[in-house]
Amino acid sequence: MSDERQHWPLFEVFIRARAGLEHKHVGSLHAVDAKMALEHARDVYTRRMEGVSLWVVRSADITASDPDDADAFFEPAKDKIYRHPTFYEIPDEVKNI
Amino acid sequence: MSRASVVPVSVDFAQTERFRYVLRLADTSLILGQRLSEWVGHAPALEEDLGVANISLDLIGQARMLLSYAGEIEAAGRDEDQLAYLRDQNDFCNLALVEQPNGDFGCTIVRQVLIDVWQLELLSWFDASTDQRLREIAAKAVKETRYHLRYSSGWLVRLGDGTEESHTRVQTSLNDLWKFTTELFTPDEIDRLAENAGVAPNLNVLRGSWLHRIDEILNEATLTRPDDVPYVWFGKRGEHTEYLGHLLSDMQYLQRAYPGVTW
Amino acid sequence: MYTQGLDALGDESLHLPEEELAELEAHFQAKIDADEKIEPKDWMPAAYRMTLIRQISQHAHSEIVGMLPEGNWISRAPSLKRKCVIIAKVQDEGGHGAYLYSAAETLGISREQMIEQLLTGQAKYSSIFNYPTPSWADIGAIGWLVDGAAIMNQIPLCRCSYGPYARAMVRICKEESFHQRQGFEIMIRLCEGSTAQKRMAQEALDRWWWPSLMMFGPDDANSKHTGQSMRWKIKRFTNDELRQKFVDVTVPQAEFLGLEVPDDALVWNEETEHYNFGPIDWDEFQRVLAGHGPCNQERIRARIDAHESGAWVREAALANAAKQSKNL
Repeated sequence: MSDERQHWPLFEVFIRARAGLEHKHVGSLHAVDAKMALEHARDVYTRRMEGVSLWVVRSADITASDPDDADAFFEPAKDKIYRHPTFYEIPDEVKNI
Repeated sequence: MSRASVVPVSVDFAQTERFRYVLRLADTSLILGQRLSEWVGHAPALEEDLGVANISLDLIGQARMLLSYAGEIEAAGRDEDQLAYLRDQNDFCNLALVEQPNGDFGCTIVRQVLIDVWQLELLSWFDASTDQRLREIAAKAVKETRYHLRYSSGWLVRLGDGTEESHTRVQTSLNDLWKFTTELFTPDEIDRLAENAGVAPNLNVLRGSWLHRIDEILNEATLTRPDDVPYVWFGKRGEHTEYLGHLLSDMQYLQRAYPGVTW
Repeated sequence: MYTQGLDALGDESLHLPEEELAELEAHFQAKIDADEKIEPKDWMPAAYRMTLIRQISQHAHSEIVGMLPEGNWISRAPSLKRKCVIIAKVQDEGGHGAYLYSAAETLGISREQMIEQLLTGQAKYSSIFNYPTPSWADIGAIGWLVDGAAIMNQIPLCRCSYGPYARAMVRICKEESFHQRQGFEIMIRLCEGSTAQKRMAQEALDRWWWPSLMMFGPDDANSKHTGQSMRWKIKRFTNDELRQKFVDVTVPQAEFLGLEVPDDALVWNEETEHYNFGPIDWDEFQRVLAGHGPCNQERIRARIDAHESGAWVREAALANAAKQSKNL
């Protein structure tokens, strides 16, 4: 992509707010490489102690599912209610289950 | 010059000298922070606006701690703002390097690398200083400075080993600014007294580690270290280049125009 | 891809038969009506996409241009505390510009394209930033009035139907909560101060009052985008509703400061329980918007200068990254 050469590519930024939590997507930024992207992520997205760990990844490297496939991808799970504990009836007097 | 004069060895680091020594550190951080803040809103990329602003805020924060400490040593009732806003040019004792104009972004980065390595070496040394307050201030500042150097050296490598134009630009800035580095390692009486009192390091030793680090960065940035020049500016003794006066008349304008009021 | 390389700006709808398009649009509107969020890869009407790109990029440009009038006082802030505050605030504005550009980029326009539109005058930004900041009190007035008006505009946007915009606004509103307070604090200090300081404060209020009211945009009768934007839940309140709310909360604050709002027609209306206020000079609004405000040229010039003088830096960084990746 010739455009890529002229402009700084886009990176997506993920922050772990504190130990014990997963990294969460917060937005994007521009940088020439991952090293610079990390520094930019620090300066742009963690000015108020928002995190203890950062991930950056080139936006171009993310493969996303297509909303048109949402039915095929996610609908089939809908009627499999036996995967949830509430599906099973256990008498109230039975404890610790 | 004072280099040749023999200073009697003394562990007694008197109040006036300690005040002066701390003020040098404070002014160097303050003037550099002020200079960097000129970039905010005008940097080469939006992300760089934020990066430079962060460094500027760290430096002004360091200056505030150091100025307050200097004020306490002086014990004449001057607070951080009185020291920052109501002293004249010849009472400022920052290193002449930091008052140099920003120039282009590359010039700002060269100045930053030269001073970041110096500050990092110095602040790391302060961990062993006999001055407890300096130890405490340095413990916080050293973490900030480590990031400053990561930022500035990263940029110097990009610009030095970037395009032909960028290489030429930063090499020129390096040649221009190099003469101001002599001051960093040329001790005067106060530096020697500070060293003897165990407050500050031996500047010659500091120079060794500074040069080593600088050479590594310049090498990676494919830049050539310029030759040392004999003339020494002594910003730390109040001998400033023509630029400081303008910076101060800007910075101190409101306090001077409306004396004695609260903002 | 997550954010880039979407089919060019809503083209996809052009190839669809009318019936299918109507069905998609009905489905889309049903989602909006059910308060569901729209996400980047979801189908959306081309006009929805274009409206969002226009609004979000204008918003981003306003943050970036908005750094300039306040940046004018960074070097002269009257105390070290105030200096830190104003640097952090202008920095936040840059950050907010970055979040918003990032949200707009999910719609298939690049940051470079948006900046190009700003620098060539194709894109607009909030006209308020074309007014000058000749005194320190302007920094107080901007925080108090301009940020006050902005917050009022922005809080409803946290519930906007477009996910990335709504999320950016949540972050922005959280961070901006200190902006208005620091501005009002500056005004308090000035109003408690010397005669000269108080005069400075009054003059700043005189300068910024009417432009702040204009920030809410044309009155409802003349707002061409309001109806559709409300149906799409990009907008939740009309311009006039927000403007009235702003006047109602701000007038008592001016009274607290002991300052006079520069409007002879300003009076509390017992019946409506709102303030009545005088007519807004919409000619001035249109003039400034059309590029003939006090500082339009200076603002754009400053952006162009920063962009052009930074070009060699951005190029060098790319060249260096290319060398580094070759060496791997």
